[in-house]
Amino acid sequence: MTSTTTTTDATTEPPSYPMPRAARCPFDPSPDLMAEQAASPLTRVTLWDGSTPWLVTRYAEQKALLGDPRVSSDVDRPGFPLSAPRDPGSRGGVGFILMDDPEHARLRRMVTAPFATKKVAALRPAIQRIVDDLIDEMLAGPKPVDLVQAFALPVPSLVICELLGVPYTDHEFFQQNSNVLVSLTPTPKERGEAVRRLTDYLHDLIGTKLHRPADDLLTGLAERVRAGEITQLEAAQIGVLLLVAGHETTANMIALGTLALLEHPEQLARLRDTGDETLAASAVEELLRYLNITHGGRRRVATEDIEVGDVTIRAGEGIVLPNEIANRDETMFPDAATLDLSRDARRHVAFGFGVHQCLGQGLARVELKVVYSTLYRRIPSLRLATDLDSLSFKTEGVVYGVHELPVTW
Amino acid sequence: MKVTVDEDKCCGAGTCVLVAPDVFDQRDEDGIVMLLDEAPAADQHDAVREAASVCPAAAILVAEA
Ligand code: HEM
Ligand code: SF4
Repeated sequence: MTSTTTTTDATTEPPSYPMPRAARCPFDPSPDLMAEQAASPLTRVTLWDGSTPWLVTRYAEQKALLGDPRVSSDVDRPGFPLSAPRDPGSRGGVGFILMDDPEHARLRRMVTAPFATKKVAALRPAIQRIVDDLIDEMLAGPKPVDLVQAFALPVPSLVICELLGVPYTDHEFFQQNSNVLVSLTPTPKERGEAVRRLTDYLHDLIGTKLHRPADDLLTGLAERVRAGEITQLEAAQIGVLLLVAGHETTANMIALGTLALLEHPEQLARLRDTGDETLAASAVEELLRYLNITHGGRRRVATEDIEVGDVTIRAGEGIVLPNEIANRDETMFPDAATLDLSRDARRHVAFGFGVHQCLGQGLARVELKVVYSTLYRRIPSLRLATDLDSLSFKTEGVVYGVHELPVTW
Repeated sequence: MKVTVDEDKCCGAGTCVLVAPDVFDQRDEDGIVMLLDEAPAADQHDAVREAASVCPAAAILVAEA
């Protein structure tokens, strides 16, 4: 199949994307997407706006393309496969995630050090304390309780607040606005307003840090503003990205991960009963692979012609790369549909791939490791307080998960 | 085995440090990769190969002796 035959063939419109998930299993990617993977490594899909970008279905091709400097993350470039309507020029509003190198690298490097693997490993005792305190509160409170609100969301919120130097007392404000950004339903205007409210908030906070420095990441950014390396607005935009990116993602890995474990009791028992650190570490990787909660695909646009097998992606054509099906590619992960906590899953692409690969991955790993090795041990009889069929799942956003998870013990 | 790293390409995601902490570290100032051992011992070779393959920025080069 070549790009020319697909574009000129007007009789068969490419299937529409995103594709529906099966009601049967809340953890599996869309069976239609899996069928596309079986059929070919690259195909065309139709998006909400009628555009027909490439869909990259397999692990090897996804990794090659995401690592290719000829693909761009710049939403303002013509041909970029948008997931929802968006105002032109809104690119820089969320930090460097929608920018290309060298601009992207310059800004990302300003905040890379605090997320380095050994730096975040040192946060483990603080994270353990946060997790233990929240479990104490849950145990002392009424049951059943919604694990999302009582635990899954507060963990990443408290951690990122401490790291950035944002007062946790404002969490309702930024959780609400973060939610608007990861959801596909808001209008460009609503999205723009949420970004502006968050940016104003962080702009003020960085202003405060200029006068009252503390030992936190925002103070580090404030010092760069003072040194003239970035403007206060750019610093605020990076702050917005850091505040938003780790919230819904980590929270959904905690809540949906717990649900997946409750549905696989023999694996949960192994994780709970072992004191083995390596099993907890591989459980984190395997749950990231198996659940791959960032749905809707990585989005890119080609800046030059790129040959992939016998297909040529033309400059200016959009590319959609759903990591959740790359992580179910049998050639890479045999028996991929099976959750197996002792599998070596470290090559998964749940954090994406290429220069935009998740900056917070080290932090997310420490948080998840502490959670998965603490929650079920401290509440051994933890169970669902409703049945699986009555749960509602977040199929409407770019981060997949469960809206509420009523649990008891 | 001879290992080299390209600091300009590195995006500081730190997976190499997770996989092979005896061979890779990240600089204190900016989180960019630091090579601790450019000729790692044989018991490190698998980990180093895995680090090169998971590096999202293709910043690690391994020349097999
Ligand atoms: C389990 C939790 C998480 C998952 C599954 C996740 C997933 C991802 C993915 C897939 C990307 C790539 C986006 C792209 O290529 O277009 C990404 C980027 C990013 N993530 Fe995460 N993330 C998680 C937690 C966090 C945390 C805790 C932070 C901390 C602040 C964070 C900060 C970021 C940032 C700043 C980027 C943009 C990097 C860039 O563009 O260079 N993430 N994340
Ligand atoms: S894995 Fe690659 S990009 Fe990440 S820190 Fe190591 S060398 Fe740099």
